[in-house]
Amino acid sequence: MATEGENGQVKLIGATLSPFVVRVRIALALKGIDYEFIQENIQTKSELLLKSNPVHKKIPVLIHNGKPVCESMIIVQYIEEAWGNKAPNIMPKGPYNRAIARFWTAFVEDKLFPSMRGVFTGQGEQQQKAVEDSVTNFLLIEEALRTNQCFAGKAYFGGAEIGLFDIALGGFSAFIKAVEMATDSVLIDPEKMPFLSAWMDRFCKSDGVKEVMPDPAKQAEFVSEYISARRANMI
Amino acid sequence: MEGCAQEGQVKLLGVDYSPFVVRVRIALSLKGIHYEFIEEDIQNKSELLLQSNPVHKKIPVLIHNGKPVCESMIIVQYIEEAWDNKAPNLMPKDPYDRAIARFWAAFIDDKLLPSTLRTFKGQGEEQQKAVEESVANLLLLEEVLQSTGKAYFGGDEIGLVDIALGGLLVTIQTVEKVTNIVLTDTQKMPLLCAWADKFCKAHKVKEALPDRAKFFELMSARRAKLTSPPAGNLKGGG
Repeated sequence: MATEGENGQVKLIGATLSPFVVRVRIALALKGIDYEFIQENIQTKSELLLKSNPVHKKIPVLIHNGKPVCESMIIVQYIEEAWGNKAPNIMPKGPYNRAIARFWTAFVEDKLFPSMRGVFTGQGEQQQKAVEDSVTNFLLIEEALRTNQCFAGKAYFGGAEIGLFDIALGGFSAFIKAVEMATDSVLIDPEKMPFLSAWMDRFCKSDGVKEVMPDPAKQAEFVSEYISARRANMI
Repeated sequence: MEGCAQEGQVKLLGVDYSPFVVRVRIALSLKGIHYEFIEEDIQNKSELLLQSNPVHKKIPVLIHNGKPVCESMIIVQYIEEAWDNKAPNLMPKDPYDRAIARFWAAFIDDKLLPSTLRTFKGQGEEQQKAVEESVANLLLLEEVLQSTGKAYFGGDEIGLVDIALGGLLVTIQTVEKVTNIVLTDTQKMPLLCAWADKFCKAHKVKEALPDRAKFFELMSARRAKLTSPPAGNLKGGG
């Protein structure tokens, strides 16, 4: 084990159930980086969190040698670059492939997650529309996995090994299943999305992922509680 | 290096007034990359655009040696990496500095741009709230310049964050003129205002900026449509 990232030099402020935090934990696990995990209480944000992320006051925050890095996918790219000589490489090699990885990562942030948010915050017709939008978004990813020359025929979006977009989307695996369970909806139908289902299965079983991926049932409990609390406040 | 990126090998699909397109044009101009600009009609999107960006069907799209790259800040990072041996470098070298640059670029897209748009589209209380948010967001950027003491967000030279914000400058300034609201107060944000001035005058940036008069007309017409009662819709094209 290399001398960088000794315990105490890398800290991660987060919560085990947050899919954004899961992404970062996967990247750290893949690179074999030791770190101190500081579990945040969602209700009362710690002084350290507020100091480290004054702009957004959100988790995850990676603190490396005392310097904070915020925003999950920015943290993942930072981990790749700060430990650039440590295998595996999370980013693809050429500029074009890197642009494609970033494009689909942005798609998860800008389209997929918002539509999923609509599924667990919406009700009735609004929720139904959010489910349809989410399915449409997943189908686009299924299509990309099937046909895009960067991904087609490969085990992961990153190729033979897990890459940036695998982490961006895969980090959400338990969360996606939890939302399906908690709202009794189907977002990834294995019949309609065979490539995506197979990929997600493979991803969740891989080293570095299985150790940090939350139990979907436990996550579903959390999502259900969240939905009830929201509805209670709305009455 | 004259051998790479010969004319015809780099195409940019866009419209000259889009802040997202302006960002890409600034990056291409700074790197001295020749390209063919293909003006799109947003109401009637070309086959090339739909084929090159089937997911979002939006501009800008950079097509380099036949391969399309989408999303303005992803295109800017692509330009930096594909022409990394061409000065200037748009990204810092150090991983931490790169993370900070990406953080502020994301902030501009996720926070500042939406609040600016809400200022433009909103009325009454809604608009007032959007103004307060926009000012708060701009003040955070002012603080960044205060803490570094440098002329640009990129340091002594234009970098990723300068391009992210700079692409929006004419939009922000036009929104101010059209709505008659000050977002960039020289007293509250002296460094940011000085930055804006310097940026707009910078060599290789000014030619990438849109025609202000034309953009003002376009935005005024849009604002008029938004704020007029439904019965009073403008006839004809706008």
